[in-house]
Amino acid sequence: MAARKTSDKSNVSKDELLKFYREMLLIRRFEEKAGQLYGMGLIGGFCHLYIGQEAVVVGLEACTKDGDKRITSYRDHGHMLACGMDAKGVMAELTGRIGGYSKGKGGSMHMFSKQRHFYGGHGIVGAQVPLGAGLALSDKYKGNDNVTFAYFGDGAANQGQVYETYNMAELWSLPVVFVIENNQYAMGTSLKRSTKSTTLFGRGLAYGISGEQVDGMDVLAVKAAGQKAVAHCRAGNGPYILEMMTYRYRGHSMSDPAKYRTREEVQKMKDEKDAIEHVRDLLIGGGLASEDDLKSIDRDIKAIVNDSAEFAKESPEPDVSELWTDIYA
Amino acid sequence: MATEILMPALSPTMEEGTLAKWLVKEGDKVKSGQIIAEIETDKATMEFEAVDEGTVGRILVAEGTAGVKVNTPIAVLVEEGESPAASPAAAPAPAAAPPAAPVAAPPPVQAAPMRAVAPDTSPDWPAGTPMKTMTVREALREAMAEEMRANPNVMLMGEEVGEYQGAYKISQGLLDEFGPRRVVDTPITEIGFTGIAVGAAWGGLNPIVEFMTFNFAMQAIDHIINSAAKTNYMSGGQLGCPIVFRGANGAAARVAAQHSQDFAAWYAAIPGLKVVMPYSAADAKGLLKQAIRDPNPVIFLENEILYGRSFEVPDLPDFTIPFGKARVWREGTDATIVSFGIGMGYALEAADKLAHEGISAEVIDLRTLRPIDYDTVLASVMKTNRCVTVEEGFPVGSIGNHLSATIMERAFDHLDAPVINCAGKDVPMPYAANLEKLALVTTADVVAAVKSVCYR
Ligand SMILES: Cc1ncc(C[n+]2csc(CCOP(=O)(O)OP(=O)(O)O)c2C)c(N)n1
Ligand SMILES: [Mg+2]
Repeated sequence: MAARKTSDKSNVSKDELLKFYREMLLIRRFEEKAGQLYGMGLIGGFCHLYIGQEAVVVGLEACTKDGDKRITSYRDHGHMLACGMDAKGVMAELTGRIGGYSKGKGGSMHMFSKQRHFYGGHGIVGAQVPLGAGLALSDKYKGNDNVTFAYFGDGAANQGQVYETYNMAELWSLPVVFVIENNQYAMGTSLKRSTKSTTLFGRGLAYGISGEQVDGMDVLAVKAAGQKAVAHCRAGNGPYILEMMTYRYRGHSMSDPAKYRTREEVQKMKDEKDAIEHVRDLLIGGGLASEDDLKSIDRDIKAIVNDSAEFAKESPEPDVSELWTDIYA
Repeated sequence: MATEILMPALSPTMEEGTLAKWLVKEGDKVKSGQIIAEIETDKATMEFEAVDEGTVGRILVAEGTAGVKVNTPIAVLVEEGESPAASPAAAPAPAAAPPAAPVAAPPPVQAAPMRAVAPDTSPDWPAGTPMKTMTVREALREAMAEEMRANPNVMLMGEEVGEYQGAYKISQGLLDEFGPRRVVDTPITEIGFTGIAVGAAWGGLNPIVEFMTFNFAMQAIDHIINSAAKTNYMSGGQLGCPIVFRGANGAAARVAAQHSQDFAAWYAAIPGLKVVMPYSAADAKGLLKQAIRDPNPVIFLENEILYGRSFEVPDLPDFTIPFGKARVWREGTDATIVSFGIGMGYALEAADKLAHEGISAEVIDLRTLRPIDYDTVLASVMKTNRCVTVEEGFPVGSIGNHLSATIMERAFDHLDAPVINCAGKDVPMPYAANLEKLALVTTADVVAAVKSVCYR
C-alpha cells in the first residue's frame, strides 16, 4: 500500500471530520464488544469482525442518498452501523435474540433491513455480487437514480460469478458500484497466493468498466472516490469499480489464529495507517477539536455500545414458534 | 445415380412440417449447401440446404403442402445425363419398416421385491487385530497420506488445504510431506477448480477435492453431477472419473442457514455417484481409502462435530471398508434403528436409553448411501418387525423416506408398525441457540419414535 498522502482536506468541514470520527469509532468499539461477547459464549458460530476497515463503509456512506442500496458478505456489522441501522438490533442478532434484525434467526452473517436498504449479510463468498447488480437492475428498471453498493472481498474477486456480473452490469449499464474491500487476505490466503492479476479493479477493464484503486484507510480518499463513482452511476453511465486497499486487524473469524502473517505486519498497519487515528490527527493537529471534545465522543460511543450489549443480553430468545415462521412470504 | 431428397427434421420434436416454398425448379442445377427450400416447423421457418450436387429431376411435393411427414421424399436429384424417370421415387417407397422387436422392459429401480435377503456379515477386519485410538480427523488424514504414498497420481486440492493446513486441519502436514505439486491451494472458485479436477481425473489423475464445507459445493454442483457423475455413461463407458469430493457436511454449531445443510439425500439421488457418510474413525479411514481407489466419483460427507471424536481404529498397514456394506453396531430384537454419519450418535444414545426401559434396539450404520446395503436393513426388520430411521437432513425426500419405501416393498408383511423417519425439521437452520436445537433431530425424538413403533 502506498504511504499515506496527507489527504486533501480542503473540502472537509470540521463537522464532517467529527462525524467520520464518530462513525468509525462506533464500528470499532462495537466490534470489540462483539469480540468480548463471543469470548463469553453469548455469540456463537462464525463472527467476522470489521476492525481496521472502518474507513471504507464510513467514507462511502457519506456519498449516499436515501434510496441507495447496499449489500455485502458475512463481514457485515460495520456496513449496518454505517448505513444507520441500530446498534441494539445488530448486537441482539449477534446474540440470537428476538430483538435482533432477523429475530435471532440469521445471526452475525445474515442481517437485513429493508427500511435502511441493507440487503445482507451473505455467507457464500461472491454471491452478493450478482445480487447487488440485480438490486441495481430494479432501480434502473423503475427509472430512478438510486445506486447500489455491492461490497466484496479480494478472495471473492476470484469467483466466476463476479465476472459474469461485470459483463451484464456493463452491458446493461446498471447503476452499481462494485466495492472490492481488498484487505489482502482471504482467510489464510494472501492475494498474491490466489492470483497473478493482483490489481483487482483492472479486471473490470476487460468488460469496459472503469475503476480505480483507493487508499481505503483514508476516509477522505474513500469519500472522494465514492463521489466520483456514484456520480458516474447516477448519470446512467453504468457500473464503476472501487478497489479499497484496506486491512483487517483481527483474524478472519473468531476462530482464526492468523498465523499466515506476522505480528509486525499487523502492528505496522495499526501504527502507520489506522483510519481512526488519521482523522483524530486531522482534528487535533488542525486545531479543529480538543482532546476533551474527542473524549466526550468516546464516552458517547461507549454508552451506545454498552447499551447495545445490555439490550442484546436482555432481549429474550425467539419464541419456539418462530422456528416455523418466515419460511414463506 | 438418382437420390431422393427427404423431408428433414429441423428440430428435436418435429414430426411433420409445411413445405413453404421451393427455391429451385425441375431441371435446375444445385450445388451442395445451396438453399433449395423453405420449410416451416411448429417453431420457425427454416432454410433447407441440398446435401448433394445434381440436377433437380422431379419435385414430388408441391410448395404450400402442409403436414409433410419427416423423411417423406420431397424431390429427386439426378446426375448429369440421367433421366428423371429412372429415379427410385417413381416406384412407391416401401411400406413402413417391419415392427421393431418389443422393447425390453427397463429393469426396476430396486431389485425385485422378492429377491432373497442375504446380508454380508463378514467382519471388517480379522478378529484379534490390534486397535489404536484416534480421532476422525486423524483417520481421514492418515487415509489420504497412505493413499498418496501408495499412488503418485493421488493429489489433493481445495481452499486452504496447504499452507493453512486445512480450514478444519484435516490436511495438516500433507503439504510438508507431499509438496505443492500434490497439495494444491486453490483460490475461492469452487465451480472452476471442481471442473479442473474432473478434467484432471479424465486425464489420469486421482484428485481429492476438499470443499471447505459442502455448503460451498453448491457452487460446484454442476460439475459434480453433469460432468463427474454422468460422463462415464454418456461416453459409453470410456470416461470414468476417479475423483473424491470430500469435506464437512451438515450442521456444525450456530453457523446458520447457509452453512448448515446435510446434502446426503441430494447426492444419494444421483446415478453415477457413490456416496459415503461415515460415523466412526475406523470407517472414515477404511472408506476414504476405498473412495480414493474407486474408479468413480465419490462424495465423501464428513461432519465438523465428529472430527474431534475418538474411536478405535485397526492398527493395520492397509485396510479398506467396502462400499455397500452396513455395520450392525448393536444387536437387538425389538426394533431396528437405521442411521448414518452423525445420526449414529443419536441412534446409539437412544438405544442405550431404551435398553434401560427394557426395549432392545438393533442399530445399523449404513456407512454408504450409494450403494445402500438394503439386505442388512431388511434382514434386521424381518427380525424385529419395526424400524426407525435417523438423519439430520431435511425430512422431505430423505434417505429415511427411501428406506421406508424399500422396506414396504420388500418386507411389508414383516412390519408390525409403520416405519418412522426421524429427520431435521422442515425449516432452514436458524441461528438462535434455542431454535437450532429444535431444528435438529434429537435423541429424545429417536427414543419416542422407537417407543411408538413398539406401541409402548
Ligand atoms: C463459496 C464459498 N466458499 C468458501 C467459503 C468459506 N470462506 C468464508 S470467508 C472466506 C474468505 C473470503 O475472503 P475475502 O473475499 O477476501 O473476504 P474477507 O473475509 O477478507 O472480508 C472463505 C474461503 C464460503 N463462505 N463460500
Ligand atoms: Mg479479504
